[in-house]
Amino acid sequence: MTISWTGLAVSLVLVVVAAGISLAWRLGLERSIVWAALRALVQLLIVGGVLALLLVPGVSLLWSWLWVAAMLAYAAYTAKQRAPSIPGLLPVAGAAFLAAGAVCLLVLFGLGVFPLTSRTLVPMAGLIVGNAMTSTVLAGRRLQEEFADKRAEIEARLALGQPGRDAARPYLRGVLRSALSPQIETTKATGLVFLPGAMTGLILAGVPPLQAVLVQAVVMFLVLAAAATTTSVVALGLVRRLFTPDDRLLTLSRERV
Amino acid sequence: MTAGFVLRGVTVRHGGRAVLDGVDAEIPGQGVTALWGPSGAGKSTLLRLLDRLDVPDDGSITYDGTPLDELDPHRLRRRVGMVFQRATPFAGTVAGNLAVAAPDADRDTMGEALQRVSLDPELLDRDADTLSGGELQRMCLARTLITSPETLLLDEPTSALDATPAREFERTVLRLVDDGDLTVVWVGHDDGQVRRVADRVLELRDGGLTESREWDLARRRTS
Repeated sequence: MTISWTGLAVSLVLVVVAAGISLAWRLGLERSIVWAALRALVQLLIVGGVLALLLVPGVSLLWSWLWVAAMLAYAAYTAKQRAPSIPGLLPVAGAAFLAAGAVCLLVLFGLGVFPLTSRTLVPMAGLIVGNAMTSTVLAGRRLQEEFADKRAEIEARLALGQPGRDAARPYLRGVLRSALSPQIETTKATGLVFLPGAMTGLILAGVPPLQAVLVQAVVMFLVLAAAATTTSVVALGLVRRLFTPDDRLLTLSRERV
Repeated sequence: MTAGFVLRGVTVRHGGRAVLDGVDAEIPGQGVTALWGPSGAGKSTLLRLLDRLDVPDDGSITYDGTPLDELDPHRLRRRVGMVFQRATPFAGTVAGNLAVAAPDADRDTMGEALQRVSLDPELLDRDADTLSGGELQRMCLARTLITSPETLLLDEPTSALDATPAREFERTVLRLVDDGDLTVVWVGHDDGQVRRVADRVLELRDGGLTESREWDLARRRTS
């Protein structure tokens, strides 16, 4: 199944519907809605164009790796922009994406789940980094909230002579749990409540449903592993920055979200 | 005499305002020294410096003759224990709370720690959240004492308690001081309490600290 340019243009009616609702409720979001939709469309067209170039036979895989590296850097920058009050998020997010990428790509390609080609590498890396970015911002904010809420308890532990990392550990567990739960809930509801994106796309593109389901299952496991890896790297990386070298807890302002 | 604190020119600024302004003081390593002053005078700020939970912007503090920044912070905090204004129970049982401070302590040791602060050892298996305010604060005291500190810093430890548990807490601490080598630095703003518990009073006013001899201290009369 293919979609024509006319079909795409007609689907913009849906964006007009969203903007119309904003207008009716005087939300003042019409411009944002239209801008976001058009921006996404242009970004997707560019990505599609570049992917098409990468898929031309004979083009080196190195270009795909470069793309992955650029994606990773941009995602770390975006995570930093979304949670500006978290100290030192940029390098921690970068390290988390690298770790998540390494774990997931090694399993996918190292164990032969997918063949390593531009067609598989770029979309898979995109999925990993995209989900890792969401997890990073979530884990960073939860960490900040938890350490502001539990400041008295953490200082009481420090006052008992515990090193900062020991004093922080019980609270880190809570942060990791609550940062991972949404992903686990989404995974549980998959197939019952909604049909996830990759599967929907494949089915619309004419792939047999069973094949689409298998790909989607792999994607889901990938997202779960990416979220878990990212969250733990972010939590461990950030917690070190919340204590001074002589184990005093730094003052954290709650982020206004 | 056990170790004591010497402060020289200690200054702490919060947002440009000097909360402590060039404080010079000596806190001897024995008995109960009360830090008295009106609310916002910087008493708690000063106490936190002594446990190195904060560091001064200027000036120096020594403990037992050694500058605090030359001491290992974890060892210092075990030699100098601190009980905070609000009880800070950790999730779990009373025994679990004591185990955070002394992971190797057996149940007998934990039971004795509770008895030292006039708590029933039967409470060891109780969830800390189910204790009353007075019991909780004494559990926090036991949790600090189980690390065998030389000096105990108390930051208005009874301000959240009713009169009866507050008096029980005072008696418990004074008994510990009189029984052993424990030195106490007691931050308070309740004049009556200061008169009951203190051997000497340092008054904190306008960022400075001076010893005041104008207090009619019960312990001075009886000693």
